[in-house]
Amino acid sequence: MNVKQQDKLATGVLYTIASLIILVLASLLAFILIQGLPRVTWHFLTTPARSFEAGGGIGIQLFNSFYLLVLAMLISVPLSLGAGIYLSEYAKKNWLTSLIRTSIEILSSLPSVVVGLFGFLIFVIQFKFGFSILSGALVLTVFNLPLLTRNVEESLASISSMQREAGLALGLSRWETVTRIIVPEALPGITTGMILGAGRVFGEAAALIYTAGQSAPALDFTNWNPFYIASPLNPLRPAETLAVHIWKINSEGIMPDAVAVSAGASAVLIIAVLLFNLSARWFGQHLYQKMTSSGKKGA
Amino acid sequence: MKDYDLTKTSIKTFTAAEQEIALSTEDLHVAYGDHEQIKGVTLQFPRYKISAIIGSSGSGKSTYLRSLNRMNDEIQTARVTGKIMYRGLDINRPNIDVFEMRKHIGMVFQRPNPFAKSIYDNITFAPQRHGIKGKQELDQLVETTLQQAGLWNEVKDTLHKSALALSGGQQQRLCIARAVAMKPDILLLDEPASALDPISTSVVEDTLAQLKEHYTLIIVTHNMQQAARISDYTAFFHQGVALEYAATSKIFTKPAIQATDDYVSGHFG
Repeated sequence: MNVKQQDKLATGVLYTIASLIILVLASLLAFILIQGLPRVTWHFLTTPARSFEAGGGIGIQLFNSFYLLVLAMLISVPLSLGAGIYLSEYAKKNWLTSLIRTSIEILSSLPSVVVGLFGFLIFVIQFKFGFSILSGALVLTVFNLPLLTRNVEESLASISSMQREAGLALGLSRWETVTRIIVPEALPGITTGMILGAGRVFGEAAALIYTAGQSAPALDFTNWNPFYIASPLNPLRPAETLAVHIWKINSEGIMPDAVAVSAGASAVLIIAVLLFNLSARWFGQHLYQKMTSSGKKGA
Repeated sequence: MKDYDLTKTSIKTFTAAEQEIALSTEDLHVAYGDHEQIKGVTLQFPRYKISAIIGSSGSGKSTYLRSLNRMNDEIQTARVTGKIMYRGLDINRPNIDVFEMRKHIGMVFQRPNPFAKSIYDNITFAPQRHGIKGKQELDQLVETTLQQAGLWNEVKDTLHKSALALSGGQQQRLCIARAVAMKPDILLLDEPASALDPISTSVVEDTLAQLKEHYTLIIVTHNMQQAARISDYTAFFHQGVALEYAATSKIFTKPAIQATDDYVSGHFG
């Protein structure tokens, strides 16, 4: 076999492997969508779930998922930005910072069930937050923070050190250089990582079963006072999310149309995660173009 | 490599009456960890002149240049001792405000490093942070500095386009314009043309010759012809020591030290 044939063979093998993976993913996706999409109607997306009879929707679960996501990101985005900036731009190389980095790596590889049980013990029991959105948001922060921090740190580290030198050589302080030059340049990478993290949080179930709870009490969408017990914004109410709902009806659902509800909910979940991923890609590219070809006109 | 006597040096000094000195170092040492890169360099750089620093790779010339505006502060293991005198002040003292000092002693790097911003913003960014706000003033600053850097005619219609779309030579001249916009006293240039093609190099060299009227330039270069073409004084570095410092014409025709002679005539090493 000569070099040319070897090359052809190797290319062929790689193509086969790649198409196998795509085939598995595509058929999985197609299966979920074909099973679930017929069920997805406006009614399904907006009505509360029913426990014993057919015709229930996923309205409250869907709202819970988004609300929990927003709360979790509100806590974890600033924290991860601060930690990532510190690690990439300020941290000196010594035993303490390498300990921090190792801890982050270990944290990011913890199974979400373990994180969920930890959250149950700390937030639900110890801090007496109960099964609540707050406990859920905090546990999602624990779950997501290491990955987001790593992402911020890596995005910043990928910006050439020459940019930092350029800023410092112009008499800018380190803080100005980081916030005005380095972070804007790294923003596309940071944003992409955040949105992908959001997708991961949105689909998370195991960490939430013991923290945000498995029940979705009826909500009064006319009262948005966060202190009112049935208010959608009340952070101390239990809140079953979409992913937890899917797990629950598959394990103990007794409504007659459980299979259809689960399929519909799965389709909605997967579409949401897909949207997160696609928007991450689009938004990252858009932002990069905007940052580098300078959107500011006539400044 | 031949062993040269590092104790035998020939360093030109200036008297105050003869020539105003913009910057000088006295017994400057730079060490990275345990490794001493610069072993006691004493040099005076005259005002409104171009001084070149030449020497082979690893001779410490870039290290020396980077310590002049304390860029070595950024390297955790670097230790700089000795005096760097600027306007009667030792700027190597720990209590010096390095950010303020760097406004007076600017730097252009080996590889062009424009910010990922528009051409206009590249120039106005730092002056704005230092308090220049008026649009007219900023417009004026952009035009003058780009003209000084010999770039105005090429970019005047695309000021709000990304600086990253420029060619390497244009980017480097933009970086020079950006440094000049701070109205520094002294401009340090670390092999500013080494990443450029010959045509861009010659444009950058013309730019530097123009800048000499208003600024004191200290340039590190690999390229001996370049040093010979544009500089007034030349220092030859070898193994962390300044072996010879004299008028450029003297360095290239009648050097006092054997090592310099070998280096400029290509018999080095």
